[in-house]
Formats: sequence, C-alpha cells, structure tokens
Amino acid sequence: MKEKPALDLNKIRARLESAQGPLYWKSLEELAETEEFQAFVEDEFAGRSPEWIHPANRRNFLKLMGASLAMAGVTACTKQPKETIVPYVRQPEDFVPGLPLYYATAMQMGGVGTGLLVTSHLGRPTKVDGNPDHPGSLGASDYFHQASVLTMYDPDRGKAVSNKGQISSWVSFQAALGATRERALLKNGDGLRILTETVTSPTLSAQIQGLLKEMPSAKWHSYEPCGRHNAYRGAMLAFGRPVNSIYHFDQADVIVSLDADFLSCGPGNLIYARQFADKRRVMTNVTHTPQPKEDEQEGYQAGAIPSRPNQSAGYADENRGPINLPPQVQAQGKPPGETTQNRLYVMEPSPSPTGGMADHHFVVRASEVEAVAWDLAAALGLSGATATGKLKEAAAIARDLQAHKGACVVVAGDHQPPAVHALAHAMNAALGNAGKTVTYTDPIEGNPSDQLESLRQLVADMNAGKVDSLIILGGNPVYSSPADLDFAAALKKVAVNAYLGLFPDETSVQTTWYVPEAHYLESWSDVRGLDGTISFVQPLIAPLYGGKTAHEVVATLAGNPGKLPYDVVRDYWQTQHNAPDFEIFWAKALHDGVVPNTAFKTVEVSAKTPQPSAAKPAQGIEIVFRPDPTIWDGSFANNGWLQELPKPQNKMTWDNAVWISPATAQQQNLNTEDVVELKYQGRTVTGPVWIMPGHANDSVTVHLGFGRTRAGEVGNEVGFNAYLLRTSTDPNAGFGVELRKVGGGHSFATTQHTQTMEGTAPVRVAGLEEYKKKPQFVEESQDDKPLPKYLTLYPDYRYEGYKWGMTIDLNACVGCSACVVACQSENNIAVVGKMEVTRGRHMHWIRVDRYFKGNWDNPELYYQPVPCMQCENAPCELVCPVAATVHSGDGINQMVYNRCVGTRYCSNNCPYKVRRFNFLLYSDWYTESLYGVRNPNVTVRSRGVMEKCTYCIQRINAAKIQSEKENRRIADGEIVPACVQACPTQAIAFGDINDPKSRVAQLKAQARNYSLLEDLNTRPRTTYLGRLRNPNPEIEKG
Amino acid sequence: MKIEELEQKAIDPGPDKIIAPGFNYATVTDKIANTVLMPVEKTPRQWWVTLLIAFMAMQGLVAGSFWLFYKGVGVWGIVIPIAWGYAIVNFVWWIGIGHAGTLISAILLLLKQDWRTSINRFSEAMTLFAVAQAGMFPILHMGRPWLGYWLIPYPSSMWLWPQPRSPLVWDVFAVTTYLTVSLIFWFIGLVPDLATMRDRAKHKWQALTFGMLSMGWRGSAKHWSRYQMAYLLLGGLATPLVVSVHTVVSFDFAISLLPGWHTTIFPPYFVAGAIYSGFAMVVTLAIPARKWFHLEDLITMRHLDCMGKLMLGTGLIVAYGYMMEAFMSWYSGNPHEMFMYMNRATGPYRFFFWMLIVCNILIPQSLWSRKVRQNVPRLFFVSLVVNVGMWLERFIIVITSLHRDFLPSSWGMYYPTQWDWAVLTGTIGFFLLLMTLFVRVLPSISIFEVREVLHHLAPHIADDDLAPQTGMGD
Repeated sequence: MKEKPALDLNKIRARLESAQGPLYWKSLEELAETEEFQAFVEDEFAGRSPEWIHPANRRNFLKLMGASLAMAGVTACTKQPKETIVPYVRQPEDFVPGLPLYYATAMQMGGVGTGLLVTSHLGRPTKVDGNPDHPGSLGASDYFHQASVLTMYDPDRGKAVSNKGQISSWVSFQAALGATRERALLKNGDGLRILTETVTSPTLSAQIQGLLKEMPSAKWHSYEPCGRHNAYRGAMLAFGRPVNSIYHFDQADVIVSLDADFLSCGPGNLIYARQFADKRRVMTNVTHTPQPKEDEQEGYQAGAIPSRPNQSAGYADENRGPINLPPQVQAQGKPPGETTQNRLYVMEPSPSPTGGMADHHFVVRASEVEAVAWDLAAALGLSGATATGKLKEAAAIARDLQAHKGACVVVAGDHQPPAVHALAHAMNAALGNAGKTVTYTDPIEGNPSDQLESLRQLVADMNAGKVDSLIILGGNPVYSSPADLDFAAALKKVAVNAYLGLFPDETSVQTTWYVPEAHYLESWSDVRGLDGTISFVQPLIAPLYGGKTAHEVVATLAGNPGKLPYDVVRDYWQTQHNAPDFEIFWAKALHDGVVPNTAFKTVEVSAKTPQPSAAKPAQGIEIVFRPDPTIWDGSFANNGWLQELPKPQNKMTWDNAVWISPATAQQQNLNTEDVVELKYQGRTVTGPVWIMPGHANDSVTVHLGFGRTRAGEVGNEVGFNAYLLRTSTDPNAGFGVELRKVGGGHSFATTQHTQTMEGTAPVRVAGLEEYKKKPQFVEESQDDKPLPKYLTLYPDYRYEGYKWGMTIDLNACVGCSACVVACQSENNIAVVGKMEVTRGRHMHWIRVDRYFKGNWDNPELYYQPVPCMQCENAPCELVCPVAATVHSGDGINQMVYNRCVGTRYCSNNCPYKVRRFNFLLYSDWYTESLYGVRNPNVTVRSRGVMEKCTYCIQRINAAKIQSEKENRRIADGEIVPACVQACPTQAIAFGDINDPKSRVAQLKAQARNYSLLEDLNTRPRTTYLGRLRNPNPEIEKG
Repeated sequence: MKIEELEQKAIDPGPDKIIAPGFNYATVTDKIANTVLMPVEKTPRQWWVTLLIAFMAMQGLVAGSFWLFYKGVGVWGIVIPIAWGYAIVNFVWWIGIGHAGTLISAILLLLKQDWRTSINRFSEAMTLFAVAQAGMFPILHMGRPWLGYWLIPYPSSMWLWPQPRSPLVWDVFAVTTYLTVSLIFWFIGLVPDLATMRDRAKHKWQALTFGMLSMGWRGSAKHWSRYQMAYLLLGGLATPLVVSVHTVVSFDFAISLLPGWHTTIFPPYFVAGAIYSGFAMVVTLAIPARKWFHLEDLITMRHLDCMGKLMLGTGLIVAYGYMMEAFMSWYSGNPHEMFMYMNRATGPYRFFFWMLIVCNILIPQSLWSRKVRQNVPRLFFVSLVVNVGMWLERFIIVITSLHRDFLPSSWGMYYPTQWDWAVLTGTIGFFLLLMTLFVRVLPSISIFEVREVLHHLAPHIADDDLAPQTGMGD
C-alpha cells in the first residue's frame, strides 16, 4: 500500500463546522475524505488482491461458485447454515425433524474399506455403525469406526491451509501446486513424488495413474506404518505375484494362527470374527416347559407360605434362567451330544484377543514363529521343510489338520516375515485349503508394492536430491516412518513439499505447505473392501474446517484445480458405468453403500515352499513392535474415546508400556510400573514396564502410536514413542534390545486391577466333551447354591407386554471391545482422562472384564462383557432415597438423572458395580465443536449424577412409538442396542423374553445360560451363556 | 472456703466422692457461674490456645466444603467401587460420639445415677455439637447437595416423595428427631441455670441475654414441679432415641447386600459402639476442661472411674460384635462373607484392621485395672485410643467391605485426598470450637443439679456456710 499522506486538519475542521445536523464519523480519515479512504470504502476486502479482476483466477472463482451451487442442490447432508429457523418450504425427502437419517458410507483402515451406516441428526453425523449390506461388515463395526465420528468433530483438527507456518489459503495452495505442475511437466514429472498411505480407492488410483501417465517420470510411493508389506512379500515369495488372501473361517474346522490376530485387528477382522464365532456358537435343541408357577397353581392363596417340596424342583427346572421364561420356548439346534466347534491353535509372542480365544495357545517368541511354522510344515510333510523341534505338539496339530483337509486353515500374521506367509500359503495348498478356506484375488491396492521398500527408495531419492516436489497425502510420515530413514531430515532437502492431513501434526510442521484434510465423513470418495467390493464414501456434512480431499489435491496437480471431489468421483464412475441407467446405478450404489458385483474374482495360484529366511543371530532380548490395540499407528492418538478404551489384553488406558513376561521380569529384576530405558540399535526410549502373563520370555512388546508431540490436546505426550526404535530393516521384531531400569512408580490407568477370578466363577467354562456329557455345566459353580424358589411372599410382577432381556454368549465374545465405544458414542458417555481413570472413575456403561486362569506363563484368557444386569430384584432401586432409579413396566431398571441427588448408595449396593458416577463435571460442556457429536436423544449428564446402561432406552422407545403408530407388536430384532449392533460376533442378543420365538428367549432356554451372582437373588435380565473350549484331546492329555 | 480459694485450687476428692468436701450451695453456684462470668482477662490461657487451634482447624472445613461445592465430590478419594468414603465414616463416627450425652442425661437420669450431674450438661452439649458435625456430612457427601431437601417429605410440585424403602430416608428422620430432642432436652436442662446466670450477671448485656434465654424462670415451686415433670418426660422420650438413631444408621449398611454390611448384628453392635465412642469423647474433653477451669472438685475421680467402667463395658459389647462378625462370616458358609473377613484381616487394609483391634479391644482392657481408671493421664490416653479406634472401625466397615465385593474385576482401592482430611480435621476443629465456646459462655456443669446432689448428700449444710467435715459418700 502507498504511504498514507498526512491529514489535512484544516479541511476536517472546515467540514465539521459546515455540517448540518448530526454527522457521524468513524475516523479522521473519513472526515478528511481522502482518496485512500474512498478507495478503502470501495474495496470491501481492502489489502487483498481482488481475485475476480485477474482473468485466470476469475475463472477459478466462477468454477468454485458454480460447483458449490451445484453441490448445494445434490446433497442433503450439508452443515445447516446459521440463519433464522423457518420451516422448510419444500421438505427434503425422508426428512422428519427429530428423527435421524441414515447414510451409507465407508471408512478405510490401512486402505481396506468397511461399509458403514452413519446416523445423522439434523445434518450432524452422530453415530457410526456397520452397513449390513457390506460384505466386510455385515452390520458390525469396530471401535475405530465407532470412534471416527469423534475425530471428525475434534477441535484440534487442522483449520487452515498454511505455508511455512503462516496462514494461507486454498487458492494460494492451488496456485503453488499449479506452478509445481508447470515445472514438473517441463521435466516429464521428474522430481515429482506423491506419497500416500495404502490407497484402494479406484478413483484416486485412477487419478494418480492418470497423472503418472501425463508425467511418466513422476513416482507414486505408498507407506503405511502398520501396513501389510510382509503379506505382500510373502505372496511374492510363494506365488511370484501379489495376491490378496481372503480367509473363510466359516468353512474352517481347524485354524492355526501363526501370530495372526485376525479376530481383532487387521483387514477383514469383523467378518473373520463373525465367521469364527459362527463356527463356535452352540445352539442346543431345547424345549423349555416351566412348571406352573406356584401362584398359578390350584389352591394358591396370596400370602400363603409356599410348600417346601416344590422349591428345589422348581429351581432346577425353571430358575436357571432367573427371569421366568414364557412357556414353550423352542430353540432350534443340535442335541448337545452332536455339538461341534472349530478348534483354534495360536502361536504368538504377545497375547492378543485371538490368542485369548485359542483352544491351544503356544507362547512363542516372534522370531521363533517361523521355526514353529517349519515344524508344522515338516509334520505335514511339505517337501523341503525341515523340523526345528521348537514345537513338540507339531505332529498332533498336523494330524488334526490332516483330518480336516480342505476344512482347515493356516493364517500368518502381518507382523511375521515373508517366509512365514509363504509357508502358510504352502501349507494351505498342501492341505487342499486353497480355494476353500482361503481364496486369492488380485490385490485391492491401487499401487501394490512393498511399502517399506517404496519408502526407503523415496527417502534415498530425497537425500540424493532427486526429489524437488513431494506431495504427502495423509499419513504422518515424519512421526511414523522408520527411525533409520530419518524422513524429517530428508524432507528438508525437498524444495516444494506439501502435506494433506487431518491434523496439524509432526509432519505438517516440517512441510512448507499444510492443507487440512477433510474427514471421511466430510468427503466424496470410494474405497475397496477386503474382497474388492467397492463402496462409495459420501459426506454426511460439509467440511467443518474447510478440509480438502486427496482427490482435490491430485486434481489440482493434474491441472484441474477446483474440480470438486464429488465431480471427480462421479466422473470416474461415469467412465466405469457408461450406461443410460447411470443415475439409477449411482443413486442405488450410494443408497446401498456397495457397488454391486465389484468383488474380485478369485485367482488360481500355486504356492511353492519358500526357503528358510536367513536366520538372524538370536542374541539377547527380542523386541516386538505392534500397533497399539486402541490408537493403532498413532492416527487415533487424539481420540479420547480410544485413549480411554481399555486395551483388551491388560485393561490399560491412556498409555503404552513395555510388555514383558513374568519370568523375564523376574530375571531382569523388573516389576510393573518400573520405568526402563530401552536401548536398541543405538537408539533409546524410556517407557514403563507392564508384566504381561502369557507373553513370550526374553521378549518385549512395545506398542506404536504413542509419544506424540503434536497430536492435539488429548494425545500429546501420552506414553512413549516406540517408532524411535523401529527401523526399516526390522520393522516388526528384532534382537538385542537392552533394558535398564531408570526409575519406578509409573502410574498406569487401568480399569481392572485384579487379574484372576479369585475363586469365584463369573466366567463359567467347560470343555466341549464335558458339555456333551453334561450340558448344565454352568450349574456346577461355587456361586451357584440352589436358591429357594420363593424368597418373598409376594407374587412376581406380571409383565403383560414386553419383558426385555439380554444374553451374552461367552462362546462368541472375542473381547474386541467394540461394544464399549459403541455404547460411549450412542449414550454420550464422557471421557474422564488419565488421572480419573487411575483413581477408578472411568464411565463406561459396558465393560469387558478380562480374567486369567492357569499359570502365569501361558494362562487362559477369558473375556466377559458386563453391562447393567437390569435385575428383577434390583438392589439399587431399594436403597435410592429419592426414587431416582426405578423399575419400568417392561422390566428395565431405569435411571432418572433429573431426580438423582448423588448419594451413590445404588452403586455400593450393586453387586456388579456397573453404575458410574459423575464425581466431577465430566461431560465437556464447553468445547463447542463437540456439541455436534452428541446423541440428541440421550441426556448429557451433569456432575453429581449416577448413570448406567439403559439397554439403550432411547432406541427401545423409538421402536415402541413406531410400533404403536402401526398398531403392532415390536418384532424380534427390531430394537438393537448399540452394543448389540456393533458386536462383530453377535455375541450379545437383546429382545423380548415374553416372546417365545425371540432369539433372546431361545438363548435363555439354553442349558449354558446362567446369571452372574445368582445366589444373591437379584434375578438379572442380562444372562451369560457359558463358554466352551474345544481342545485337542491328543494335546490336552499330554 | 471462699470462692477465691476454690478458684485457685481444686482438690480432687478421689474415687469415692462425686463432689469435693467444702462445698455449699453458694460456693457451688459461685464456682460454676464463675467459669462463665469471670472477666475476659482471667480466662485460662489454655482456653485461648484451644480456641485458636480449633478455629484454625475449622478452616479445613470451610475451605474443604467451598472447594467441594465448587468442584464436586470428586475432590475426595471416593471412586467406584468405594463410593462412600470419609464423609460416611465421619458421619457415623460423629453420630456415635453424639450418643453419650443423651445416654448420660436420659438413661442415667431414669436409672437415678446421681453421679451423672456433674457431666451431663457437658456431655449433652457434646452430643449436640457432635450431631451437628454429623449432620453436615450427608449434605456434603451428596453429588448434588443443593437438592438435599428432596430427602425430606414435602408436598413437591413434582408429586414425588422420598423413597421410603431406603434407609437413607430413615436416617433423615432418625437424625433430625435426635437432634431436635437433644436440643430441647439440653435447653430445658439449662433454663434454671440460665436464670442463675441472669441473676448473677455482671454486665447489662449478660443480664439481657441470659434473661431472654431463661424464659422468665423465677424458681417458684410451681416452676420446679413442672420442670421436673417435663425433664423426666423428655428423658423418657430421649431414651429410645439413643437406641434408635444408631440402629437406623446401622441400617444404612445392614439393609444392603454387601458382605460385611449385610449383618443382623449391626444395630446392637452400632449402638454399643456409639456409646463406647461417646464416653471416650466425654472423657477426652472432660479431663482438660476440669483441669483448666479447676473443676476437679466437681468432676471428680469418681466420675472418671465410672466412665472408665462404662467404656470397658460397652467396649466388651463391641468386642463381642467383632467376634460375632467373624464367627458368622465363617458359620454362614458364604464364600463372599468368608472372603470379606479374610480380606479385612489380611488384605491391603489389614494394618487398619489390626490397629482397630488394638485400639478398641486390647488397649481398653487395661480399664479393668483401677490404676488406669483412676489415673488421669492413662485414662486420657485410653479415651483417645478409643476415639481413634472407633473411627477406624467405621473406616474398616465402610471401606474394606466396598473395596472388594463380588466381582474381582471391579475391585479397587481407596486413597483419601487432602480434602478428605481437610473436612475431617475441619469438623474436629469446629466441634472443639463449639465446645470451647460452650464451656466459657454457658454453665458447663449443671448448677442446680449439683446443688440438689449436695442437698441429698448432706441436707444439714444446706443453709449454713460451713463446709462438711466428713466426706460425702454416694
């Protein structure tokens, strides 16, 4: 701007004097009527170059304007503008104020998409669930899906494009990218690199491939810190080509997992867990005919003392289900004697939920899994396989596998070296499993590659000065790339670098440009599922913070600045489905959440037995790197729900730890809460020790994803950063870590302090053979003293209408904890932070209890989800002085927050300790962006109020209202509480016990049905089905 | 003996007398009234020191409750599963302490134990002040204290009443009734003495204050006759309350299904414990008070001896309660009950459990010996130990039962925070403050009742100014 001339004071004075009437003025400049001031008034955005005057930019501007107008017409899921609320003149289709809408979309983890159904309240996405039509979900979801909605509302997300730390604009970035394009075009793309995470989006792949076609010398690198490079290399080793392995556990009677945690993490875990549980589920053919109740018998007089002889008989027959079942419940199934179950062998170094489900769990160091695999291969008679003698049960397992040829499967974990994968492929081929329990398809990735190698090349090129422009799309490579590559240092040698990411994080501070990324709930895209099925990603809301998608960045780079992601995706699909019915196809695929017939065809491949990998010197203690169970590779570090979610194995929150076996701890003279310095390949980090029963000896496990410095308010400085030790040569496990105790007294925030059942029997377990002989094994417990049938003179309350109940099948529960986060999301449950969890004040309405049984070196693991039992004789109701917790007419123990004065007596008297108390103001009342994530149908609790599981009363009532409008009874399965909905294994069933055909009534009629602490006569409505183990008799005996 | 002499030195007449020789009606009145009417500058220095300490300790309560109301009950150490902590421990402890006064006044009145006269006013005041401390806790303890009135049955616009099956509602009735009756009983007992104060007042404001409080008492025969009847009736009314209050408080625990709480022995065991702690507190307070105000001749070794015996007796009932708890947990055959007792004795809080056994059972056995009962420092020590022991008892009952109940997955630990301690010391400070003020501004020993005792003991000295030459047996 020109320098301001001095003000002409005389002129001002003259003007003021000559003025008639009141003269309002803002500044002396205005009074002086200088030229500058006039210009200032005319230029609304003074000091900025007017975009529309510049011819090139005006075109962009108009494009943007036009596109946004078009967008406004096509989507019903934009953020509501801030204006006076008036009724719709023309109401959007299906929209009823107060009722939510559901949109199908998809979320990718490690590139693999899962179809989702997202609940939208007045344009706000509030809850994420699985899409029942999607083959990778079947309606289930895991906690990453559930918690992703919180990330979308995260106030720490990137809000502005920045250049060298200064706030800039998308338009300037587009200009810069345009310049990069011009430069790259001149060099045929040489020096231009794109770094993505694993990309399976056909549109994005096509975009990037198109770009590479235009500039053949440009390169596309992919890197995923917890990716599947071993699986890729294993497939290359076995088949000579990349394939995508899909397992079919629904056809497998015997499963051998070589360090594969297929039930709880990794691609396909939801569907795998479902298939696994289906083979494990036991439904017995029963006809349940209870004896007539005493008060219905002839000669019954109210108040009469019931006759004694009936008591035990009545108990044995009827009271197994503590809530009276309706007469004649019939369950379809096999007689107990014919029950079958699959059998799972797990060999792993570090306990996983899959290991917890194992019938035989072998604790094997990560480096020795390959040896174990060779043993197994040798026992199976694979040519070229030599036994190492590490697994003495190999012969027995091999016999079991061979007895189930074509109906068994060997699964190699993604953390295991390529040789193990190749061996698994070879064993599956030898056992005739290929094409039956495991099928192979083309890789789903748009850029199938050895990602570690890809990154290593990129860094080498960057260091060599061969890269002048690097566009990073997602990920957080500065934080998560292997320590030996030193990505940050290499980045400094790249002239133009840009980073598109959800958060301003460790990477964004190192790059020149940072562009906030649109969350998947704000984006248009598409993604492939594990079997290749494509789902569209459609936005539920306009980007909250103006985030951009990778499609837009690549489009800009490809010379289409301003092309909107909607157009990019739609245009791509128009080329894929070039038919007159495109509109119908498009609308249907968007509605259903899957693009029909896009699953890959299976390919025939022949596996060859690999060579044993060069043995690394097994010196000292082994270090195993794993993604964290709840915050994964660190990308969820700023998500409070996931930080506070107890890790399935050790119920620890808000931390990572150095997992170590009890024996090694003793040997190293370490204890839980000690702080050790880990020295590995010359690098050190310091972290606290956690003694993990069932961990391999001479081995430590560290979890990645913690120790973030720029994750955001929630995730900063939580835990230690294990990436600092991880090298590209040994990304999964390596030898020679040194432990040195440097301190003690680290405070862990765990939600369960007692590890064992302490002589009680909350979880009841039997072997399959035992069950066949005695299906009522659950009665054999110490807690289970026969209760007199009538402990009260009053007759039971008669539930004429509905009588809600729940069963949890411990046979099916894999302890994955998806229910916990689903419940948190549905019921607006507060996050309390590490300090409060340390004290024992976490708020989860459903918790997954974990018990160890047996010896510490290789214990059995049992999971037990515990929501409110909704007792018929609820001890909490009796003691509340203000009637804030009362029984409903359909049997639910209700909590009336408004009435609660907070005496906490109910919690004391609850034998299950499922009640949670707002000791302080835990709900975040002040962060505005988090208002949006709340379910408007559930009260946000204030301080001083008790809360607990309600069986999702809001959903029950919504269904009731609907059924009453339609003058019918609620059908079985119509009400789905959040935990039931999320559960990948359908372990939880909910419904009307009064309906003899309901699933829950049938499950309650099962011989395995028992209630927790039934000797207290609380008569819970939530009951459990005892767990069955199916050990190999040959091994069990030896 | 002149009043000046009495003021200077007070001779304990030993364990046989309830009043020292040498007193007549006038000197009794002079002596006791003097503690109230003495000029400010003559107040014993220890009184000032105690007042200051008590006032400072009370700030814990002020700050503690301010912070509590501002932040929520989360400032305390309570968690799930131990949702009740110091607030309930302190509540039960203070309520227990508040039992001695009414017991001494009412039951001993009905039993015609005339040694009670020297200490009944004092212990009644202690009762009131202890119940006042206790009464604060249910409010402080609530998650939403501003809604505490919902526990009171009143015709609310929400058409909701308290839930009558909850023992917390019974508590409201029991404690408020007890507080009301104790207050009336104490005040009625004060009226004749207040009139004495009015008549002997040295300043106009004193005369006016005491005059108003004495409600026109003129000492006529009719007044006395009605007074005696009213006092007796109130005594009769208060007597069942001594038993009922702590019975109801024990129901807070006994009604629940928690091992360690769900016990039928709780009502008698709680009442005995309450009286035990109440007597201990009376002894704890009486010993310094009689020393500083030179009241050894009125609160004699005989009183201390009697109270020692009562402590021993109630302590043995409490010991029996402990024994029965242990026995029943074994005899029930219930694994949860058995575990609960084993956990108390060997679990993480075992130190406090064994401390409790030492404080409440072992050390008080020394009271069998006269050498302890009739030795002021020793008795004082035992009384302090019992106070601590009874607090520990409530701690053990509340905390250890809760911290490990049925499902091992939910077990936890309770660690009090500084705010827990602040409120506890704060109430002790407040209680001491009230007691300290009381002994200075109101006659802490019943003048007219001591005179009555004097009359019963030696009617001949009633009118002349001669001290009796021989001791007065009881």
